[in-house]
Amino acid sequence: MNIVVLVKQVPDSGADRNLRSDDNTVDRGSANNVINEMDEYAIEEALKIKEAHGGEVTILTMGPDRATESIRKALSMGPDKAVHVLDDALHGSCAVATSKVLAAALGQLNADLVLCGSESTDGRVQVMPHMLAERLGIAALTGARKLTVDGSTLTVERQTEEGYEVVTASTPAVVSVWDTINEPRYPSFKGIMAAKKKPVQTLALADLGVAADEVGFAGATSAVVEHSKRPPRSAGVKVTDEGSGGVQLVEFLATEKFV
Amino acid sequence: MSEVLVVVEATGEFGVKKVTLEMLTLARELGTPSAVVLGGAGAADALAGKLGEYGAQKVYAAEGDQIDGYLVAPKATVVADLVKRVQPAAVLLASSQEGKEIAARLAVKLDNGILTDVTDLAADGTATQVVFAGSAIVKSKVTRGLPLVTVRPNSVTPTPAAATPAVEQLTVTVTDTDKLTRVVERVAEQKGSRPELTEAGVVVAGGRGVGNADNFALVEELADLLGGAVGASRAAVDSGYYPHQFQVGQTGKTVSPQLYVALGISGAIQHRAGMQTSKTIVAVNKDGEAPIFELADYGVVGDLFKVVPQVAEEIRKRK
Repeated sequence: MNIVVLVKQVPDSGADRNLRSDDNTVDRGSANNVINEMDEYAIEEALKIKEAHGGEVTILTMGPDRATESIRKALSMGPDKAVHVLDDALHGSCAVATSKVLAAALGQLNADLVLCGSESTDGRVQVMPHMLAERLGIAALTGARKLTVDGSTLTVERQTEEGYEVVTASTPAVVSVWDTINEPRYPSFKGIMAAKKKPVQTLALADLGVAADEVGFAGATSAVVEHSKRPPRSAGVKVTDEGSGGVQLVEFLATEKFV
Repeated sequence: MSEVLVVVEATGEFGVKKVTLEMLTLARELGTPSAVVLGGAGAADALAGKLGEYGAQKVYAAEGDQIDGYLVAPKATVVADLVKRVQPAAVLLASSQEGKEIAARLAVKLDNGILTDVTDLAADGTATQVVFAGSAIVKSKVTRGLPLVTVRPNSVTPTPAAATPAVEQLTVTVTDTDKLTRVVERVAEQKGSRPELTEAGVVVAGGRGVGNADNFALVEELADLLGGAVGASRAAVDSGYYPHQFQVGQTGKTVSPQLYVALGISGAIQHRAGMQTSKTIVAVNKDGEAPIFELADYGVVGDLFKVVPQVAEEIRKRK
């Protein structure tokens, strides 16, 4: 099975994150950038499918130059090769334009299965799998906590607000996963060394047949008008329980009219 | 005034979800609200009364297996056709998994911008979003097409405005491509009659400090006494104490209740990402240095197995 895994480089969600004051985009320059955590689960799932059914795993990333670090990191887990969509004109792209670019790249990769994380930790927009499926005219099975591959039939257990749904489709398809689906492997030393030699193909917009004014700020379908830091919460009262902590807590809840 | 389409979220058990009433309330500021019901046969008639109470002047319905038997694509096709026909001033959906998925397809179909997790929408289409784990506020606008936004639950106080909507059944014409992903089974796992996590006014959440799955009964008991939902930290979910759909935080749900009670939760940034915008936060933790106390309005440093039963007993006494 020919599997493509979408990997996004994001600012570490465990550190301070900012928007740039000059153009209102995510500040990736001063941030500690990492692989979007959820994508590691997609990579793991791809490797498991390859191990069970054979095939090839390709990483697909759209991002600036420094996204190379995350591509190498992804490859060190075991995928075979990577494609990096890299073009200065992409800076400032909205989700709709991003899906156009990724769909164009996927069109060249001939994937049976496109795997991705359910959301990225920076934007948390959660729209990419269905945008890609819509553009490519293929199935989307989203929010998987379990994926079963049987020939060309994919079956997904998908978490919902009320419980779960079982959904099924034939390949080609896009499947997005939650972090409950597996436990991603750590790259081995051998994997890290091997990753340095794995092929990474760079594609520019011209290679994809996408015009520069369809992406970036020029082609954006939405814009951030302004942004500000939300005032941090300040600590309130802290008491140490000496036998009546529970009663004191209820006292507080009562003054706030919760009890 | 032009129509504003509100795509309804509802459950079989509880009917119209609160976020739908919030969207109808928001929509009244932007134009004339029309509700769009996408579901099984008879869904619209069952929901129309409630939708009217909150100002829906019209209810569009697309019902049946063609809609309900496949994953979101048919729903997006129906809404896209409706948008082309009625040319609404805006389209509002819930910021749930399904709401975002329908909106994603709409954005591509209509070549239209999309804004998600919106907490407010001004009459000029400017949307407010809280990003980066609640640390920044962003104002954004759709610059191509109409405002297509998904609204985060618990953003607006729903206020009634009685109307008597007529139900219009839509002709459903979905393509084969819309039917690629079939829903084989739907399984409800929600326990009891607790409110849905993202919509609840009160959330009582347990973390690693709860210790094991059985002890979560303590968390559930307090949630029930406060009429709230139960949440869990990632540590608690990863340890198997509580199911994943109740996880609050970076890789789980974002909640914004009136009251958030954190029990045995240290308050790692990934957890704070999901609850930081709660109105009032209280915490019980045995570690006085736990970061959760940095944002708690009221914190008790102590053993939750002593404190929480006392809280429960005291609430019962006062009832």
